[in-house]
Amino acid sequence: MSSPIPDPIQAGIAAGWQVIDASTLQQDRGFDADVVVVGTGAGGGVTAEILARAGLKVLMVEEGALKSSKDFKMREADAYPALYQDSAARKTADKAINILQGRTVGGTTVVNWTSSFRTPADTLGWWQSKYGLHDYSVDGMAPWFRKMEERLHINDWPTPPNAGNDLLRMGADKLGIKTALIRRNVNGCWNLGYCGMGCPTNAKQSMLVTTIPGALEKGAVLLTRARAERFALVGGQATSLECLALTADGMAPTGRRLTLKARHFVVAGGAINSPALLLRSGAPDPHQLLGQRTFLHPVVISMGLYPQAVEAFNGAPQTVYSDHFLHTQALDGPMGYKLEVAPLHPVLGATTLAGFGSAHAGLMKHFAHVQGMLALLRDGFHPEASGGRVTLRGDGSPQLDYPLTPYFWEGARRALLTMAEIQFAAGSHAVSPVHELVAQPYKNWDEARQAIAVLPMQKLLTRVVSAHVMGGCAMTGDAATGVVAPDGLYRGIGNLSVHDGSLFPTSIGANPQLSIYGVTARLASGLAERLARKA
Amino acid sequence: MQRRSFLKAGLLGGLALAAGGAVYRQLRPAAAERFALDAEGRTMLAVLIPAVTGETPDAAALQAAIDRVGTAINGLPLRVQKEISDLFGLLSMAPTRRLLAGVPAWPEATPEQVAAFLQSWRTHRTEMLQTAYHGLHDLVIGGWYAEPSTWAAIGYPGPMKELSA
Repeated sequence: MSSPIPDPIQAGIAAGWQVIDASTLQQDRGFDADVVVVGTGAGGGVTAEILARAGLKVLMVEEGALKSSKDFKMREADAYPALYQDSAARKTADKAINILQGRTVGGTTVVNWTSSFRTPADTLGWWQSKYGLHDYSVDGMAPWFRKMEERLHINDWPTPPNAGNDLLRMGADKLGIKTALIRRNVNGCWNLGYCGMGCPTNAKQSMLVTTIPGALEKGAVLLTRARAERFALVGGQATSLECLALTADGMAPTGRRLTLKARHFVVAGGAINSPALLLRSGAPDPHQLLGQRTFLHPVVISMGLYPQAVEAFNGAPQTVYSDHFLHTQALDGPMGYKLEVAPLHPVLGATTLAGFGSAHAGLMKHFAHVQGMLALLRDGFHPEASGGRVTLRGDGSPQLDYPLTPYFWEGARRALLTMAEIQFAAGSHAVSPVHELVAQPYKNWDEARQAIAVLPMQKLLTRVVSAHVMGGCAMTGDAATGVVAPDGLYRGIGNLSVHDGSLFPTSIGANPQLSIYGVTARLASGLAERLARKA
Repeated sequence: MQRRSFLKAGLLGGLALAAGGAVYRQLRPAAAERFALDAEGRTMLAVLIPAVTGETPDAAALQAAIDRVGTAINGLPLRVQKEISDLFGLLSMAPTRRLLAGVPAWPEATPEQVAAFLQSWRTHRTEMLQTAYHGLHDLVIGGWYAEPSTWAAIGYPGPMKELSA
């Protein structure tokens, strides 16, 4: 049986959108465009639509496949291999941090949990004062956020939070910790809770159903299953981009090569793949900054068990947050953290729960009563939180080294304490920080406080995950601190821009999708004007 | 297996795991890069799946779960599939299995021996063995709970039928 929901992507293809699946190509091919946009996530999608609407001939290149609502069946076993980098198991080089990142047309926006925050004022202030991004003020960015909020239906979410999110609100409230509601980029959301597996009703306003169709309607071309391998750089200009066609399952190159020529190139492959493409291409990097200062908002997790059903698999995944602990100390003081709640489905939930055997099975019996709370630690503002580094393996693929410093672990311990206290205040009768040395859940706050205070904070013992990759191609006012100028142009390559989360000179301190939309809408609008003048 | 033996294994473990993979590849016919679940791998998973999940599937459910773990591995990048091939090889060959995991042939291993092996790697000071534990944990548990027939027992109703068919 097929879905009763109309599929706008299938309809568009039937109506003549230009979509080429590179896995089916039988020979090498060349393409010409005004602008080639590499990557179709938050930055690439926004850029492609703005440039196409400005009358430019746009070619979008995506390593993932084109999947749409007819494929989104809300089953983890299908969704993770099809829609995520490395089957949702992308890891840092030492395997200590698991990274959730999309790999499909629409990028991570297809699988994110719809949380929409403008870039916090203190982050923008920091960028202005420390990184010379003078135009990136709250007022200067407001029109761009407003524009993208309208485009992507980012609004308050009027439906009551699901039980897991409400427990964060309730527990924090009892402790006098302020929470607020999360705005979401949805239109006609059914409140199903499967945002992480691709929205089956097309309610989530991801790039897949908004800007990418917008660009295709204007005659843009979408090339899927094509991996951007290397720019040809001659005399300070990019002359072409070499791509490798991938097999239908995305596992390996087919041997077919694609050569893309354009007046201008925009790199928007995300904060791991963008620096890697530029490193492979030998992009100018006189100050050794490319791929450096990669940020993750590293996350620690606390599982709370409640007498009542929580059903963390039901309903909008993230609707309540607290920024209280981002403001209890200076921006560059001890590490601050944002509190949120995670959706839990069987595979993600069961693999995240530590332990094995009867202890694990015992917790799983109560799976529907578990709430998973997240603390996202804000990296990039302190000398001991200078992030990670993207380098290339021998085969040219990227790897991310991300050292977890004592500064981070001090924050992680505070965050685990905070979450346990909130969960007990909300009525939990058993709380487990996700940590390999927690043999039995703690029964009350006193026990938890004493135990967490001495729990060894070490990688591979304390579970650390991330869903937000940022930095690596920092945009700054000064060439000594960033490879990209405030207009998005890569320094030293006259016709190459970077438009994605890799631009951020620090982490955001909030789920980054709206920051990427707003910043890249601004950069793409400027680029469209400049290209129109030169035409 | 005594704790002391594990500590000894720890000194050698990292090196053995790194070198063992290369040795293992030399001893075996050149395999395709894609992970292939062979009879030895199935024998090991038949022991590891109940030990890791804490569940006691019947023979048919166990074989299906073994297949799902194989499918999950085949969804990973080829580079990672190769690492897992090496790990499976080391845990299948008697000398390396005894040295690194302290267990006899998998069908003869007692539940206590298997649990001791898992617990040892889980907190091992050799990072490579710790990451191998996490890999086995996530693959086995992920493969297990991917299957709709496991959901009723954990109170998960599954996605809305009208939209998931």
